[in-house]
Amino acid sequence: MKSDRRLVRKGSLEKLFEVLKGDNRQVYAPFSRNGRTSYRKIEKFSDIATDYIQTTQSSKEVSFPRTEKILDYSKNADGMSVKGIEPDQIPQIMLWGIRPCDAMGIGELSSIFNWDYKDEIYNNRLSKVTVLGFSCSKTDEYCFCTSVGGNPGNTEGSDILFTQLGGNGDYLAEILTEKGEKVIALSPELFEAAGDIEKEKFLADVPVKFSHKEIYGKLEKFFDSEEWVGQSLRCIGCGACAYVCPTCACFDIQDDSHGKLGSRVRCWDSCGFSLFTLHTSGHNPRNVQSARWRQRIMHKFSYMPERLSVYGCTGCGRCSRACPADMNILEHLTSIKEAAL
Amino acid sequence: MAEFEPKIVAFVCNWCTYAGADLTGTSRIKYASNVRIVRFPCTGRIDYMLLVKAFDEGADGIIVSGCHPNDCHYTSGNFHARRRWIMFRSLCDFIGIDIRRIKFSWVSAAEGAKWADIVNSTVAAIRELGPYEEYQKVAKKPVKEVING
Amino acid sequence: MDELIKRAKELLEAGTVKVVIGYENGSADKTRALFAIEPKDADKLIFDSRCVMNLATYITKAEVKGKGKMAITATLPVMRAIIQLASEFQVNDSNLLVLGITPESKMIEFKDLAEVEAFVHKYTIEIEAKYSEKLEKLDKMTPSERWSFWIEELSPCFKCYACRAACPMCYCHKCTVEFNQPQWIPVPSHDLGNLEWHMMRAIHLAGRCIDCDACYNACPLGIPLNLLTKRMLIDAKEHFGGYQPSIKADHLMSTYKPDDKDNFIM
Repeated sequence: MKSDRRLVRKGSLEKLFEVLKGDNRQVYAPFSRNGRTSYRKIEKFSDIATDYIQTTQSSKEVSFPRTEKILDYSKNADGMSVKGIEPDQIPQIMLWGIRPCDAMGIGELSSIFNWDYKDEIYNNRLSKVTVLGFSCSKTDEYCFCTSVGGNPGNTEGSDILFTQLGGNGDYLAEILTEKGEKVIALSPELFEAAGDIEKEKFLADVPVKFSHKEIYGKLEKFFDSEEWVGQSLRCIGCGACAYVCPTCACFDIQDDSHGKLGSRVRCWDSCGFSLFTLHTSGHNPRNVQSARWRQRIMHKFSYMPERLSVYGCTGCGRCSRACPADMNILEHLTSIKEAAL
Repeated sequence: MAEFEPKIVAFVCNWCTYAGADLTGTSRIKYASNVRIVRFPCTGRIDYMLLVKAFDEGADGIIVSGCHPNDCHYTSGNFHARRRWIMFRSLCDFIGIDIRRIKFSWVSAAEGAKWADIVNSTVAAIRELGPYEEYQKVAKKPVKEVING
Repeated sequence: MDELIKRAKELLEAGTVKVVIGYENGSADKTRALFAIEPKDADKLIFDSRCVMNLATYITKAEVKGKGKMAITATLPVMRAIIQLASEFQVNDSNLLVLGITPESKMIEFKDLAEVEAFVHKYTIEIEAKYSEKLEKLDKMTPSERWSFWIEELSPCFKCYACRAACPMCYCHKCTVEFNQPQWIPVPSHDLGNLEWHMMRAIHLAGRCIDCDACYNACPLGIPLNLLTKRMLIDAKEHFGGYQPSIKADHLMSTYKPDDKDNFIM
């Protein structure tokens, strides 16, 4: 569908927010606390954080929550009874203010949840999300979206993409999907006709650091490289990178039980943890951090492109910003690109 | 509405308090029936997390009891326990767990009457405080939907 | 830190140590751990006020320890951690050489861990004033207010365990949170799971935490979880005369005094 371009006045954003909030819909937007920015349900427009280059956490929780009930069970005289989650229990979500890299990440995450098995719960959640992306006018040294197929004004994954025209200016709204049109229909008067606007002028400049061939091509022959050992020496093996990542999809299934009642829960897990691949036998196929670090990079830049035709990375740079040991993914990819085979 | 009956879990050592509680029974002393006793080899063997688990599973109050100082069957288990209780109780208080709901005591094998008093006074105190809803709200709350933020 | 670079090179050239653990410049004006294995790697060594990560967390990491004898650039908190680890038989003189950095930023090479201990004991562990204020504020709240405070503060925690990974004292191969027979701590990140995880961590660090704030600095979500361990430190001081890591002395929480005082046991 060809995108429809409109102009939204700066002062109209709050009105739009109020319209979106009503009628059984929830608005999720960036919220700052303790100096970190995450997405959460927002009631007041003024609570939305604006002063950030990238949020600390990605917005993946709207379709893949950190902890998610998948069924309830109870034990009774006749045995067990199990109750699944009804799709209409899942709320309609307006995802406000995500970056183009996160919007692109939705497709990457979905490709994992629809690879062989179609994950009903994930797809149900995602079908209720409307993505209101905001282009980037600022960037920092951690960003590299342009190296993995994105750009600061990328429309992929958004239902509407807003681009602010200058520091304190109005917004160009590109209406990209039917979901986006439904938003316009809620309050058409806020969307004025847009003249000729050169959007690119207002976008951040993110230099390309590597090409597909330079990384994907290299990784094919890189499995046994010593480079992994050197790179991963300072990795402390936590899951921060995976948990802030918009495309990391590993999860664990747990039973939360209290006496005769309980819930089965899906919760995040990370391939960086030392026990992630531990077998019942005691054997651990990835028993050193270098093997786990290699898995993280190979999965995103080799296995996913090979099997799913997408990267598992959006170049958002969150993992590097969040890492307590300063593992910088861009730096490591660059050294892979430059390493001798 | 029926009167609130507190659920009390008692973690006791085998050698003193459990024997003491046994004596309460054989002496035919009547006391509140709200207590579920869990017997341990020694108070030194009672993990902090067990107390937390008791609250998770719906206890309104907890009693932890063992041999008087210098009377431990294993010489020093209760001394070790006392140190941990001091720290654990303070941590609970700092987190905001209601420490009026956790009673610690020394009850020897000869103190059947003291055991009855401890249980009765604990039940009375917890009855006064009411069900531990604040904790239960957190423990039994269904998994939050979508984002915890 | 020319002196540090020079000494690191000598040690590596002579083969006295196989790896020197120190700091180097990282991304965006951050610093990070450097593992100098070749003498030339040592040129990247730096030391300045940005170097706050507790490097002692690496000396129990199999991949680092496996390289052979280690030398480590150690500030006071790192030295404290080393002594606590030595008392728990995790490091010893045969696998670790300490290149100390005094609070005045002077380098001292210690002959052995006993010397490190003597140096560490010149300083007591003091809670910083900004934290004392926060703790006092919490103490003044009612238990219910504190409960709400902690449930709210811990609610963003997504259990990435960066606090555990960054902590030098959390070196267990299998943590209590990973035991599932029985399941002590709920694995999912929800209010109860988060609460129990952080309580368990605090209590397991009582009498071991050397107050380096590594857990807080590592937390990607900025949760003030070091307040819990600071509370434990203050209690240790109040009830048991304080805590100072020492190689030979009994551990605070695995020893006792027959006259330990309490005011709550009936």
